[in-house]
Amino acid sequence: MSPDLLLRIGSATLDTMYMVAIAGLVGSLIGLPIGIFLATSGRGELFPAPNVNRAVGLVVNATRSTPFIILVVAIIPLTRLITGTSIGTKAAIVPLTIATIPFVARLVEAAIRDVDKGLIEAARAMGATPMQIVFKVLLAESRPALTLALTMTIVSLIGYSAMVGAVGGGGLGDLGIRYGYQRFMPDVMLVVVVVLIVLVQLVQSAGDRMARRFDKRSRKT
Amino acid sequence: MTLPQSEISAGDAVVFDAVSKRFPASGGNTAFTALDNVSLSVARGSITGIIGRSGAGKSTLIRLVNGLEKPSSGKVFVDGVDVGALDEAGLRDLRRSVGMIFQHFNLLSSRTVFGNVALPLEIAGMDRRAIEQRVRPLLELVGLADKHGRYPAELSGGQKQRIGIARALATEPKLLLSDEATSALDPETTQSILELLRRINAELGLTVLLITHEMEVVKAVTSDVAVIDKGQIVERGHTFDVFTHSRHETTRALLSGLAGSKLPEAVARGLKPAAADGDRVVVRLTFFGAAAERPLISQLIQSVGAEVNIIAGTIDEIGGKPYGSLVVAYGADAETSGKAERFFTENGLVTEVLGYVA
Repeated sequence: MSPDLLLRIGSATLDTMYMVAIAGLVGSLIGLPIGIFLATSGRGELFPAPNVNRAVGLVVNATRSTPFIILVVAIIPLTRLITGTSIGTKAAIVPLTIATIPFVARLVEAAIRDVDKGLIEAARAMGATPMQIVFKVLLAESRPALTLALTMTIVSLIGYSAMVGAVGGGGLGDLGIRYGYQRFMPDVMLVVVVVLIVLVQLVQSAGDRMARRFDKRSRKT
Repeated sequence: MTLPQSEISAGDAVVFDAVSKRFPASGGNTAFTALDNVSLSVARGSITGIIGRSGAGKSTLIRLVNGLEKPSSGKVFVDGVDVGALDEAGLRDLRRSVGMIFQHFNLLSSRTVFGNVALPLEIAGMDRRAIEQRVRPLLELVGLADKHGRYPAELSGGQKQRIGIARALATEPKLLLSDEATSALDPETTQSILELLRRINAELGLTVLLITHEMEVVKAVTSDVAVIDKGQIVERGHTFDVFTHSRHETTRALLSGLAGSKLPEAVARGLKPAAADGDRVVVRLTFFGAAAERPLISQLIQSVGAEVNIIAGTIDEIGGKPYGSLVVAYGADAETSGKAERFFTENGLVTEVLGYVA
């Protein structure tokens, strides 16, 4: 493989990491509160608003059930509005972020719903405000699950980021399509796939390790 | 019906005044009345027990005290304050002055022992140094000062409940609510937790309101007890009196589980409701106070003359008072029975005819 190609692979890897990092960060920051809201706004819960809950749930489901590649195309006007362009790494971040939000929201919701209801009752009995219960009980207790949720989000994002390559999004997926597929260079394709696998492995094992450290539920001897 | 004015006294820590709680039908569940016109007062400084089978409404009752549940009708007063009249902020203030412990401890797994006891203080907005000074003596009080950096998963059930107690005491409440606090513990651990509650009650002057389905718990620590069945208080009074003069069948059923109260299986099976010729009557004698210290058996045999069988018996202590229960059998004929009854009356014994055996 020529040094030029290697350089391209290197820079494509950085592009992928950049897209994943920004979309993961922004998507999680927006998805987290939505997930908390979904988990706490049912009837008789901390912030009861069953109708809003249903409405938000509907939007989340709609976004999640739209195939990603269609989402990318469908929101091109929005992408243009935000980044001024519809192709390239920067443009790809917009659909990636949009897809991350509902994904994170549902994972966060599940993690928080998993917290023992008895703990919420205990905190209420101590005179905690709903906000204190969210921060001191729900988020603290679900930290291992949230860490795993974040890990899963990043792993999915790495996959999605390869898909935006199909519409000129830059990064490893883009490289694989243009060189590996269209110019028929199987060695490039192989390297792209291997780099993606390594990235996913690294993220997953780091996430697992962190979640284990946060998890104090099992007896350590 | 409201509580007669004479029964509400300023000395009461908690008063339930004609409280009902109905849960409307929802989903697949039919409407359900958890509490039906309950009136009850809890004297300040007492350890008051509410006992009943599961589903009798006792969990709902205790949750009315700190406003975790709201009554459908009636009022609940805590230290003279009408809980139902409080807004959210007022309720939070009330809850910070009422401690609560739970059957499954409800400790945060992500926090250390120290962090768990500190939680109510953080919630109340106390600063770190003050929290530190408050938590240490509490951990010493419950005997777990050496465990402050441990996580709940590393502790035994009894230790977890001690942390629960320390946490409940952190805000220096005047009232402690105990929701089946020993039900998940083995008998030995139960006794040590009850001993701790008794000590807290005596040393800190804390009123304890506990709910349980175990008579052992009521017997061991409470000074007053109310028996709840199908949402109604069916019997209440000083624990000693309720144990020794139980009138309601629910109370008796709950009491029958206690060691020494049970008839041997063979006798229980042969028990008949009416006497035939030559049968023997089975009588439970309850004696306490001065009667517990006299040689009753030999006196009984002397006065009745005929032979007296001892079928079951126990000597125990309720609220620190000696208490005995003895099941005896003697001839059911008029003469023997007459003599026996005279003897019981003269000696102030409480008797209960359980049935007849051949």
